[in-house]
Amino acid sequence: MENKEPILVVKDLKQHFKINRNFTVKAVDGISFDIMPGETYGLVGESGSGKSTTGRSIIRLYKPTSGSIVFNGKEIGGKLNKETSKELHTKMQMIFQDPMACLNPRKKVIDIIGQGLDIHKSYSSMEERNEKIYEMLELVGLSREHATRYPHQFSGGQRQRIGIARALIMNPDLIIADEAISALDVSIQAQVVNLMKKIQKETGIAYLFIAHDLSMVKYISDKIGVLHLGHLVETGTTEEIFDNPIHPYTKSLLSAIPHPNPRVEKVRKSFTYDYKESGVDYTKGTEHLVEGTHYVLATDEEFEKWTKK
Amino acid sequence: MAEREKILEVRDLNISFKTDSGIVNAIRGVNLDLYKGETIAIVGESGSGKSVTTKAIMGIMAGNGSIDGGSINYTWTDENTGERITKDICQLSEKEMQSEIRGRKIAMVFQDPMTSLNPTMTIGNQIMEPMIHHYNTPKEEAYKKAVELLQLVGITNAEKRMKNYPHQLSGGMRQRIVIAIALSCDPYVLICDEPTTALDVTIQAKILELIQDIQKKKDLSVIYITHDLGVVAKVADYVNVMYAGKIVETGTIDEIFYDPRHPYTWGLLSSMPDLDTDDDELYTIPGTPPNLAHEVKGDAFAPRNKYALNIDLRIEPPMFKVPGSTTHKVASWLMHEKAPKVEMPVELKNRLEKMKKEGVE
Repeated sequence: MENKEPILVVKDLKQHFKINRNFTVKAVDGISFDIMPGETYGLVGESGSGKSTTGRSIIRLYKPTSGSIVFNGKEIGGKLNKETSKELHTKMQMIFQDPMACLNPRKKVIDIIGQGLDIHKSYSSMEERNEKIYEMLELVGLSREHATRYPHQFSGGQRQRIGIARALIMNPDLIIADEAISALDVSIQAQVVNLMKKIQKETGIAYLFIAHDLSMVKYISDKIGVLHLGHLVETGTTEEIFDNPIHPYTKSLLSAIPHPNPRVEKVRKSFTYDYKESGVDYTKGTEHLVEGTHYVLATDEEFEKWTKK
Repeated sequence: MAEREKILEVRDLNISFKTDSGIVNAIRGVNLDLYKGETIAIVGESGSGKSVTTKAIMGIMAGNGSIDGGSINYTWTDENTGERITKDICQLSEKEMQSEIRGRKIAMVFQDPMTSLNPTMTIGNQIMEPMIHHYNTPKEEAYKKAVELLQLVGITNAEKRMKNYPHQLSGGMRQRIVIAIALSCDPYVLICDEPTTALDVTIQAKILELIQDIQKKKDLSVIYITHDLGVVAKVADYVNVMYAGKIVETGTIDEIFYDPRHPYTWGLLSSMPDLDTDDDELYTIPGTPPNLAHEVKGDAFAPRNKYALNIDLRIEPPMFKVPGSTTHKVASWLMHEKAPKVEMPVELKNRLEKMKKEGVE
């Protein structure tokens, strides 16, 4: 890739939800990361850690409380003018978790996938539009006969392919995949992941891959960010995180992955981490460089203690 | 092993569903054995009939389903007389089922804890309810036992929690409550239908450890239904691999994981992403499961099986015993003595070798 500029830079993003006068949920509390073109960034964490909120803030389904998001060199964190919002709506797309809930059951597949084209009027004739859609269907491993069917006529894996086709039709630069494979069977998961990788190779697209299944994340991601309680506690390349986890939360996450190997699994005890009892205060921590691109959120003493072991 | 006490014996179970698109034969001759204090796992893709089998055992089939044949024999020791009683669950009436078996002898934990709890009742009442219903336990006694159960499932501040409603608890806590309810009538058999799929990885491990722990304390027999082989590896003693309404391979956990014989099991094991895979592409089993609304001719897996023999397309394979083992059985013509020798894929073989070595360390 010729330009080494990151496609997405998130800086100190905060997303707070005001519940009432006295209580505000700080779903995302100051996280920073960037994504290079053609790269996959995996965001992992338990439920309630703010992974989905992050994804939604970036694509502006929520209005971020503060912080800056720079996409393709344009600031999209604050108010958007018409032009940037148009670019945002075409160049950044999302794949959702539940493939049944995110497809309109009353629309044919051809219209679901073509909706983006219709809205942005990016075709000159009906034939051109349909041709584009057929191409897209074939790219995601469906056939053109599927175009006139309705979502309920497909299986879960096929529906997720439709979701991917819909995201891809506008030729986006970045796709946010929010738990895109969590609702699928193991064997179907592998199919969808293979498809996403294949598309990435062909089009050079970047993914923000949000998931809690670490074994899949390890497989698909180039870089990983570990999110806990709205803070990015550890970030680095996949090898750095998996070979040398520093933060106790990352360690507990890694230790919880079930191994499909009975002799190992039967004797394994997972390592537990309790934020309240650990005495770690995320708001006090600062970013510490471990090596390369591997950063950990910690105070100076904590960092020393964790790296010593 | 000491003498194993057989608790549940499923023989040649056939279940079909009447739907708009015709009759779907969801279960086609399933055999299962469950012994006291042991854990079996049923693995398979969605639609393979795992859940239907266990629902039949609980007698909570959907309205359009019917048991066409076979038996589910359940054996227990009568508390008063001490004699062994065996009953075929398929023959029991709904009333007998409700008052004798369901909840009392066999209990079930479902996938999603939020939908299996009543949002309008406190969790204390929900745990006490089955005891009061089944045994007419006085309220104070039930309350005491409910608190004990909450402590057993690892909930701190049990007395205070009794007054909580489900929405006040986190997902992991809710699943603990569901387990507590299932245990409230001291069942002999616990069926866990994807107990951890809706939960996070960190909590998942804790819940599984909890179930194992309780199993040891109470000498329970547990049936796990899951598609996660990691979970199976952790908990199961025996594994049944299910495909298209049939059990295609059964054996001890070591036999299934280290010496799989059925091509479908090979596929399942190969498609597991483990943390050491560096391959460019994950293995996938080609094709999709068959539609059981149509009659299946021969081996249901044959169209997706690159090792399929001619006979697979015509005649359904019987269960072949694997030589040298009493527990390991495979439904594949490849096991026939006249079949050509087929080895499992090389990548899988290497992986299994590596797994065996890891275990020894």
